[in-house]
Amino acid sequence: MASEGGKIDPMHQFMIEPIVPLNLAGYDISFTNSSLFMILVMATIWVFMLGGMKRQMVPGRWQAAVEGVNGFVNDMVSTSVGPEGKKYVPLVFSLFMFILVANFMGMMPFGIVPGGHAFTVTSHLTVTAVLAILSFGTVLVVGFWKHKLHFFSLFVPHGTPWWLMWLIPFIELFSFLIRPFSLALRLFVAMTAGHVLMKVLAGFVINGLNADAAWVAPVVSLPAFILMIGITMLELLVCAIQAYVFALLTSLYINDAVNLH
Amino acid sequence: MPQISQILATYASQFFWLLIVFALIYFLIGKGILPKVDAAVDARDAKIASDLAAAEKVRGEAEGLEGAWQAELTQTRNAAQAEAQKAKAKAQKDAEVRLAKADAEIAAKTSEAEAAIAKARASALSGLEAVAADAAQDIVAKVSGIKVTPAQATQAVKAALING
Repeated sequence: MASEGGKIDPMHQFMIEPIVPLNLAGYDISFTNSSLFMILVMATIWVFMLGGMKRQMVPGRWQAAVEGVNGFVNDMVSTSVGPEGKKYVPLVFSLFMFILVANFMGMMPFGIVPGGHAFTVTSHLTVTAVLAILSFGTVLVVGFWKHKLHFFSLFVPHGTPWWLMWLIPFIELFSFLIRPFSLALRLFVAMTAGHVLMKVLAGFVINGLNADAAWVAPVVSLPAFILMIGITMLELLVCAIQAYVFALLTSLYINDAVNLH
Repeated sequence: MPQISQILATYASQFFWLLIVFALIYFLIGKGILPKVDAAVDARDAKIASDLAAAEKVRGEAEGLEGAWQAELTQTRNAAQAEAQKAKAKAQKDAEVRLAKADAEIAAKTSEAEAAIAKARASALSGLEAVAADAAQDIVAKVSGIKVTPAQATQAVKAALING
């Protein structure tokens, strides 16, 4: 959070700051705070999953949690895709866990450490776009590999009347091509908007407390603080829902590619 | 909005690190750890299913054993009942036989005794007649001096005895 002339900039949290400048073939691939949080996310997932590696017959709490997440993704994929979906569980699981943990990591109070501030990896269009392209690319590769050119029949739903043949395939094609954009933008917008709102409310609390007039603190800061508690709860919910939506839509799109409607 | 204003300066770094991190997550965690977790879950499910099947089997066996035991019990009880019935019937028959024998003995003794009584009574009666005829002869001779023959006296006594 930057205070420039007493102002709190709610956008500052999305700034990418290089930590170790790197350069590869003319491209700037510096290790940034974004990269740091990606690695933090990966480490968190890895530590969490290691807890599931005890493979006891009677699971402890940690193992039960890991198996619960595994079962959740397994169920989601198998209900969407069917028995053939087993192959795609690692992809959907990786997407789900990465987005979930990245969302939650951005909510963690790193700010209590002086100089530290949380960064939400998934609030960046560059990141969500790559994830969406991974999801969409998988659908394209699987679809064309499994069905060859027959994959185009996806754009002609069963029971289309002949006199709508000139329109329906274009609508279907459009809705198919819009998928990566909707996937990427949904996550990016939800994370950005939630974090901006939280930062604005936090700015109300802090500026109200720092105000010269004594009446400002109880009138502005207190309601803003109470509202912020609720918004934080909501934002935690949104973090989980966005990860779920991304994973669910990916498995539904994979279903299109595998089963052609 | 830094996401858009910084995009040209940062996209290469974002793509590079994200692809490295996501590839690591996919291959090490998604492909490496996840199947092991899955295998543990499957192993547990299989174990539970086989344990349940074994328990079901043992229960079936136990039910069979109980059925056999019940059948044996019923059979034994029936045999015991039949035995008891037989013993009871035999005892009844024995009792009847003995009762009949005793009845017959009693009847024989009774008729014997009755015959003896009848004989004694007859002899007593005939004695009585003779004594009465003598007494009547004597009484008639003493009172009226008429000689009555024993035959007449006896006849008169008989008639008087019959009249009571």
